Amino acid sequence: MAALINSGDSIPELKITPDRYLTVRYAGASGDFNPIHIDEDFAQQVGLPGRILHGLWTMAQVARAQTEAGGGPQALQRLKVQFRGMGRPEVELQVTGEVREVHDGVAIVDARAVQDGSAIIRNAEAELRLS
Amino acid sequence: MNTEAVGKSYPETTYAVGREKVREYAYAVGETNPLHLDVEAARAAGYPDVVAPPMFCVVYSGPAIAPAIFDPEVGINFALMVHGGQEFTWGPLVVAGDEITTKVSVASIEQRGGNGFYVFESVSTNQDGATVCTGAWTNIVRGV
Repeated sequence: MAALINSGDSIPELKITPDRYLTVRYAGASGDFNPIHIDEDFAQQVGLPGRILHGLWTMAQVARAQTEAGGGPQALQRLKVQFRGMGRPEVELQVTGEVREVHDGVAIVDARAVQDGSAIIRNAEAELRLS
Repeated sequence: MNTEAVGKSYPETTYAVGREKVREYAYAVGETNPLHLDVEAARAAGYPDVVAPPMFCVVYSGPAIAPAIFDPEVGINFALMVHGGQEFTWGPLVVAGDEITTKVSVASIEQRGGNGFYVFESVSTNQDGATVCTGAWTNIVRGV
């Protein structure tokens, strides 16, 4: 059963700290082996502060916050995000969201993913089926 | 910028969803829901096998999207590209044992504010013909 969600509610905050080797495991799991995610020297050579998180891993955390709030994977009907900046391993990520409106059994949730006070995913919008 | 590739589509790919791949992906994204990890829990909930997390769509659609993004006719300058945005809409849940066919096309190429916006669309269907996921993949190239 889905949790009850009403307009104006916040969804439970999701916190996760990607460990040092997370990007390597996610590269293998997802098939995205872009070296900016797994090779510290390469990342620095192309002007990054170091290896960065996969944006789609971070999006998966936004998705997980929705499915946990909505009572399971069947709840998530749609998710749209904008990527900004760069996510880093070994820094806590916080996903928060608020229900903007509920109609016909579907909640529209505004969400974001923040590291070190800066939103690396912003303007996220999710549709959760509540029944 | 060259917009001739708008509307171009690419060969379909078919991805066979494996139980251990679902579990590997679920662990990598921190899933704790037993539907994704435990066959018995998934069967008890009425699914034939472990359920793929919604964002597993990036795994089964990846082989179809890569040739579009790397297509020389699209002409993305990778040195200046960032993944700007992403949208997915989901249908029936995907479970281990499904075979997912994905077709990708170039939805739009536009210049806005001095940047190039390249949007690719993916449509993924299961072996029963149901649309399990559609995706809009937005790549931004700075200074086009």
